[in-house]
Amino acid sequence: MDLREKRRIINKIALGLSLLAMLFGLFWLAWVLFTTLRLGVAGLSLSLFTQMTPPPGAGESGGLLNAIAGSLVMIVLAVALGTPLGVLAGIYLAEYGKHTWLGRVTHFVNGVLLSAPSIIVGLFVYAVYVARTGNFSATAGVFSLALIVLPVVVATSENMLRLVPDALREAAFALGAPRHVMILKVTLRASLSGVMTGILLAIARIAGETAPLLFTALSNQFWSLDLNKPMANLPVTIFKFAMSPFKNWQEIAWAGVFLITLGILALNIVARVFFRDQHK
Amino acid sequence: MNTDTKPSARTTDKAAARPDAQVVFRNLDFYYGRHHALKSINLDVYRRHVTAFIGPSGCGKSTLLRTMNRMYDLYPEQRATGELLLEGKNILDRDVDISLLRAEVGMVFQKPTPFPMSIYENIAFGVRLHERLSKTDMDERVTWALQKAALWEETKDKLSQSGMRLSGGQQQRLCIARAIAVRPKVLLLDEPTSALDPISTMHIEELVSELKAEFTIAIVTHNMQQAARISDYTAYMYIGEMVEFGLTDQIFVEPREKQTKDYITGRFG
Repeated sequence: MDLREKRRIINKIALGLSLLAMLFGLFWLAWVLFTTLRLGVAGLSLSLFTQMTPPPGAGESGGLLNAIAGSLVMIVLAVALGTPLGVLAGIYLAEYGKHTWLGRVTHFVNGVLLSAPSIIVGLFVYAVYVARTGNFSATAGVFSLALIVLPVVVATSENMLRLVPDALREAAFALGAPRHVMILKVTLRASLSGVMTGILLAIARIAGETAPLLFTALSNQFWSLDLNKPMANLPVTIFKFAMSPFKNWQEIAWAGVFLITLGILALNIVARVFFRDQHK
Repeated sequence: MNTDTKPSARTTDKAAARPDAQVVFRNLDFYYGRHHALKSINLDVYRRHVTAFIGPSGCGKSTLLRTMNRMYDLYPEQRATGELLLEGKNILDRDVDISLLRAEVGMVFQKPTPFPMSIYENIAFGVRLHERLSKTDMDERVTWALQKAALWEETKDKLSQSGMRLSGGQQQRLCIARAIAVRPKVLLLDEPTSALDPISTMHIEELVSELKAEFTIAIVTHNMQQAARISDYTAYMYIGEMVEFGLTDQIFVEPREKQTKDYITGRFG
């Protein structure tokens, strides 16, 4: 067989195989999304956004208002807590501690924290906070979510700052800029879209976290914004409702799944657009 | 004016032949960790003249340039010993204010490095580090720097546009504008045209010839024709040593050292 002919055929086979692999992955993803959509849309109604989680039993109508509000409150607080710390730590790792012992250790520990199962984070907060204060609380939930946000933001900030070429740093130094001015005005600005993307992805990550909230914020059947009390939230409500034998709960669980999926999808799209616009 | 014109003419000749040494290297040694990269360098860089540094890759010409604004301070394993005088003051001293030194000795790098901000802000950035100017004064300074860098005509209508959207040659002129906006005494150019096309290179070379009326310029280049075209003095370096230094015309026409001659005629390097 002619050499070129052979190459052409091998190329076709390789292309065919990778296409198949892509279709295989896409198939399951589409199935999951389709099921979520089918069962979720059925439970969608205005009352989802205006009523509290209902008691079990047929005929009892209800919504997810308290869970949506609770999730929003805890996510906002966790991000407000974890993001500044994370960005600052990322700056330290990329700009100050690159060659230091402390920097290397922190980088390593952050990697461990990044890959720690979220249930361990939940148990940790349970042990050091919930067990001591004596009750489940939204504050504990915020802490555990912040602990998940933190390493994600640290890692993305560090990586994005490291992508900034050293030539840019030297250029700022060559003008007589002190290090903090160089970081604030040059490198941080150059990596802003990347850092923002990291924050958005961290939000997407905690939006669906169930395990850490199970041990900390628990859940709440009623409307409560008291940070010292258990607080309703979407993931734990879904967990509880989906496992129940009650039809009205199951429907609401699916609607909740649909909402979270939609939210995360939206965040991912926003993150993409953000990143793309800055990198034109 | 007296009638005796001859001696005064001679003094002028002398002054032209031996201009004022603004930067003086005295037995300067430089180390990258243990590697001895510059060996006992002695050299004068003359005020308002262009001094070119040539030599094969790794000969230490960029290293030499980076001692003049203490760029090496950023890297803990790099150090310089000996004396390096800027207008009589040893800038290698510990008590030297690095920020002030870099305001007096500006630098432009091989690759254009516009900051991720507008053209205007790119230039105002350095000025703000050292001076507090009113809005009108800053506008004036930015305009002045852009005009000096021959970039004003191309950018006057888009000062708020990102500096990163300019072409490579324009970006490099922006970097030159940014450096001179601080009004340094000395301008260091580290292979400023090696990443540029021939037309942009020509623009930068013309610019260097104009800028030497106001600034002392030290330029590292791989391009010997460039050194011959734009410099008044040339230093030929080889593996960390200053082999020959002199008037560019002399170095290129009748070099004293055989090694210099071999390099310039392309027999090696």
